[in-house]
Amino acid sequence: MIEVLAMGGDGAYVWSAYGITLAVLAGNVWAARRRRQAALERARASGGAERPRRRPTVRQLQ
Amino acid sequence: MKLPRWFHQLGSPPYVYRLAERLSPWLGWSGCLLIAVGALWGLFGAPPDFRQGEVYRIIYIHPQTSYVGMMAYVVMAVAGAVGFIWRIKLAHAVAVSAAPIGASFVLCSLITGAIWGRPTWGTYWEWGDPRIMSQTLLLFLFLGYLALRASFEDRDKADRVSAILAVVGVVNIPIIHYSVEWWNSLHQGPSITRLDEPAIHASMLVPFLIMVAGFTFFFYWLLLNRLQGEIVERERDARWVQELVSGGRP
Amino acid sequence: MGAFRAIVLRDLRVAFRRWSEVANPFVFFAVVVALFPLSLSPSAPELRSIGVGVVWIAALLSSLLALDGLFRNDAEDGSLEQLLLSPVPFGVTVLAKIAAHWLVSVLPLVLLVPLSALSFRLPASGLPTLAFALLLATPSLSVLLALGAALTVSLKRGGAIIGLLILPLAAPLLIFGTRATDFALHGEPVAGPLYLLAAMAAAAVSLGPPAVAAALKVGLE
Repeated sequence: MIEVLAMGGDGAYVWSAYGITLAVLAGNVWAARRRRQAALERARASGGAERPRRRPTVRQLQ
Repeated sequence: MKLPRWFHQLGSPPYVYRLAERLSPWLGWSGCLLIAVGALWGLFGAPPDFRQGEVYRIIYIHPQTSYVGMMAYVVMAVAGAVGFIWRIKLAHAVAVSAAPIGASFVLCSLITGAIWGRPTWGTYWEWGDPRIMSQTLLLFLFLGYLALRASFEDRDKADRVSAILAVVGVVNIPIIHYSVEWWNSLHQGPSITRLDEPAIHASMLVPFLIMVAGFTFFFYWLLLNRLQGEIVERERDARWVQELVSGGRP
Repeated sequence: MGAFRAIVLRDLRVAFRRWSEVANPFVFFAVVVALFPLSLSPSAPELRSIGVGVVWIAALLSSLLALDGLFRNDAEDGSLEQLLLSPVPFGVTVLAKIAAHWLVSVLPLVLLVPLSALSFRLPASGLPTLAFALLLATPSLSVLLALGAALTVSLKRGGAIIGLLILPLAAPLLIFGTRATDFALHGEPVAGPLYLLAAMAAAAVSLGPPAVAAALKVGLE
């Protein structure tokens, strides 16, 4: 087992490369999720405040 | 020009948000699964390379990250062009979402390349290598795009200005790539010792392609996730977003 | 064509009135070039080996400094908007302004660069190629500079990021320009890189102005 993980003496290179890539993948997922969550939070907080009022239709004016 | 119906549907934020919601799990799980299978296969299943030994196993992640980085730039430029020409805000949202993902993948490919370079070329960084140089310039193009966007307060203006930059960049990338190759061909002295790459054997090719597919799915999954956030951010006060955040199904 | 000439002449007149602003980049160029021997070594063989690269990079960096006169000043006083509304096609206007900027702020570099290359002990035999390569590379550079200026025209402090935006795109110009000069110094044929520079200039001058015009229109809104 140890022998397999040592990668013929190049383990440090292989595992650090895989580790960094995994970190980049995970970091991207985390960042994307967080942004989406934050956007939803902000939408909830704003509560549609800036929504332009629907213009009254002709029928309502009559 | 008459555009097909799906084109207009893809311009509708709630439609795309829900489409992303539906596609996301499929892309995410298949991407993760393929990457897991490919990584295990590449790390433990595939035979060692007869010249590089075990360290060659970085080949299952390094080219894939640089390929995703380039794909992200193309996605960004195409989406930016579509948004600019047909004035579709959603396309701009796609372009914005692709940029940070692409930048992070290009950076990752430079780092893993440096790690791979150390045992094979004897150096972390080789200015003479055309692939390193074009990836570095690609990273700068991404950073320029992000910096340009960040300096605008008006989102609409940032969208259209950065779309122009992305399109100019994507036209230039082949020129940059070719010129760097040409420049390198002049410098290839005996000082650069490099293992030439023979055609890849089938037992190594299968996990390689699995990883390519896995990274592609993963990229589009990330893109959809970011896109959803971007859509909500842009449509914050729209009725459907308010219904979405107040608990009701959109 | 008449409008083209009128815009070029008008921009030249404006530039001569603000001559100190126009001259700044050339002084900057001289300072940068002078710093290299100070920071590296004044010995002739070393200067010769770095000279070509130094003068090209100094030219590239100094050209980033004179961009306010291209669009920004005109955008701030409203004259660019007038030009946009005039019957002259905006692409022609943009091309004229790029041409005027090239004449005032870039063309002098074609003279300055070979001169400073001489001070780096470059043999005079390479100078015609150096000047010719500059002549072919600078139109593309001018279009890129114009693009950078146009993309940032509506920003209060746009100058800082222009370098980040366009220097990576200028890498091919630098590569072919310096290699052509190097080839000439070593007595090798220089036609290849010069043709490529000419092709890039043709592409940049024909495809560039519409992109610059589009960026300006967004910026002026």
